[in-house]
Amino acid sequence: MERVPILKIGGVLLVSIQIDLQDQSVLALQEDLAEKISTTGAHGVVIDISAVEIVDSFIGRMFATIASISQLFDADTVVVGMRPAVAITLVELGLTLGGVRTALDLERGMKILRVLGEQRRGPSSDEDADPLRALL
Amino acid sequence: MVAEAGHAHRLTELLRENVDRLIEEWVTSAAVVLRGRSVRAELESEFREFLATLLPVADGDGRNLSGAEYAEIKALLEEFSRSRARQGFTPSETASSVFALKRIVFELTEQEEDPELFRELMRFSTLLDALGLWTFETYARAREEIIQEQSEQLLELTTPVVKLWEGVLAVPLVGTLDSARTQVVMEKLLEALVETGSEHAIIDITGVLAVDTQVAQHLLKTVVAARLMGAECTISGIRPQIAQTIVALGIEFGDITTKSSLADALRHALRREGIDVVRRAERRTV
Repeated sequence: MERVPILKIGGVLLVSIQIDLQDQSVLALQEDLAEKISTTGAHGVVIDISAVEIVDSFIGRMFATIASISQLFDADTVVVGMRPAVAITLVELGLTLGGVRTALDLERGMKILRVLGEQRRGPSSDEDADPLRALL
Repeated sequence: MVAEAGHAHRLTELLRENVDRLIEEWVTSAAVVLRGRSVRAELESEFREFLATLLPVADGDGRNLSGAEYAEIKALLEEFSRSRARQGFTPSETASSVFALKRIVFELTEQEEDPELFRELMRFSTLLDALGLWTFETYARAREEIIQEQSEQLLELTTPVVKLWEGVLAVPLVGTLDSARTQVVMEKLLEALVETGSEHAIIDITGVLAVDTQVAQHLLKTVVAARLMGAECTISGIRPQIAQTIVALGIEFGDITTKSSLADALRHALRREGIDVVRRAERRTV
């Protein structure tokens, strides 16, 4: 079974899905991610699915599940780079990903997380201490 | 059905002997129907070719045109019918050219009193009927192909995705919306969002005359799909009557932004992008 790598950039965890997802990989990813958020104390999760061409209802639900898991650790989830065909499929399946934020690409997704993070800490926080600020 | 072995098909022989006279009379009678829109020489060469192809199968009764022996004559008629369709002839005019041959063959055999020949003539007549109907079928098919092509082109033409501003796309919808068209709109809009990296899309339905539950459903799907990709979608230009219909039908637009005009929607999108449009300070008069 292939595992999806989880990368840490500042306070954000980046999950870039570049393989054909099997149900087993999805379950493993959810476990790994919960583990990782808990140990790193990340405040945001970005799931990049720009390489995903085929989705089913199971994968569709995965986004909502990951979002709920992150929510428990007080982290925001952004799904980025969804292809038109994938979006249409999810809508046809009736999955609207209610609690999940979406962005056109990784850059915009990171921006959303930065804004959310600022709101969370309040605007008075020291900007130099924010690793994302340096990144963008 | 085929004449017994050794017993030659009398009608075929008779036709073969009188080919020139037949063609001459046939062209004359067909030219009357076509009222001079076809050149005589052209008709003559067409009919000669037709007769040459018809004679080998003239002993059949044409009840089953799908047989391999009729393939050649069918292909010839198909070509004939298609070219007539392009020239603007009606299907009746095309078919009557074929039927005209019948009367001429009847006149040719009037003097004969052979009952066997009469039976052959009846079968030949059925064959010609079947062939005439075949031109009808081909004509209808040719027209259907043209209509199909045109409606596909229309579908492409009427759904442009235009860029209003950096990061703002618009789709002005005109005419009636059905599932096929909304599908095209949805795909084109989403593709354009990715290509241009736009975060705002406006669907303007000023030109849409009617909205029913199905159309509304399609619009909602498009908006949700755009949202899934990380773009915001606004619907603008809902006519007063349509607004009434939407409320009467109980269609819920939920948290989807709707604006009364395209201008309002553009202003909304610009504000979301962080752009303010301000009037320039009045120019000083000299």
